[in-house]
Amino acid sequence: MLETQPNALTEETVRAIVREEVQRAFKKDPARKKACIISSKGTLDWAYPPLILATASAATGMDVSVFFTFYGLNVIHKDFERLLKVTPVGNPAMPMPVPMPDILTSLPGMTSMATGMMKSKFSKKHVASIRELLDVAVESEVKLIACQMTMDVFGYTQDDFIDGVEFGGAAAFLSEARKSHLTLFI
Amino acid sequence: MPQIHEDAVLDARNLLCPMPVVKAGKHIRTLEDGQVLKILATDRGAIADFPAWAEDTGNELLEWHEEDGVFVFFVRKVEEED
Repeated sequence: MLETQPNALTEETVRAIVREEVQRAFKKDPARKKACIISSKGTLDWAYPPLILATASAATGMDVSVFFTFYGLNVIHKDFERLLKVTPVGNPAMPMPVPMPDILTSLPGMTSMATGMMKSKFSKKHVASIRELLDVAVESEVKLIACQMTMDVFGYTQDDFIDGVEFGGAAAFLSEARKSHLTLFI
Repeated sequence: MPQIHEDAVLDARNLLCPMPVVKAGKHIRTLEDGQVLKILATDRGAIADFPAWAEDTGNELLEWHEEDGVFVFFVRKVEEED
């Protein structure tokens, strides 16, 4: 005949043990330490978010991959300083020195003026430049991957990109992304 | 408040996101387990960023306070166990 033992495991203790083990397993989950970001935009303003998040993720000890596709290729192009611009056209959120009707924002020279304004404002406020962020990314071993398909469409060769860039396609990105809890499309 | 003794100081004043965290990540790697890094920052975002960064990296934020517009953080390095 079975007797209840005084020190038998109660349901609560079993639950507590299971909870603890699950938490421990979660902590060891390698996907917590991986971030995959898609950078799809080729303007100066939109070059910032993927690089800021990639370098910050690397600073928290994560393995980071950034996949540059379509216009995002501008960000890692050797000539990124010239290619990355910002335009007030169609962007009512952009602060202008004087209020300006939409039609004027498309005048010749407005894009270079807006780009110059943004660069000087950012440097005055001590925001890191795109070059600095790229340097940090490379130094902290962020993987920079250029989308081969859009490179071919735009007529780029591997030599057009900064040192350290790798090349791949959608499957290469997905293979990394499925092992990452953190995935962002920018 | 007991005085915390720091082993290294990182001056991240006048830097904006993500640079304070980037520099802290780099700097703390040069320290030994248990050593304390003192970080100075002026970016208001640091108030939220350093506690989050400490939690994610497993390092311990011992204390932080504001001193004449400068945010001062003390982070103790905790070597990751595998």
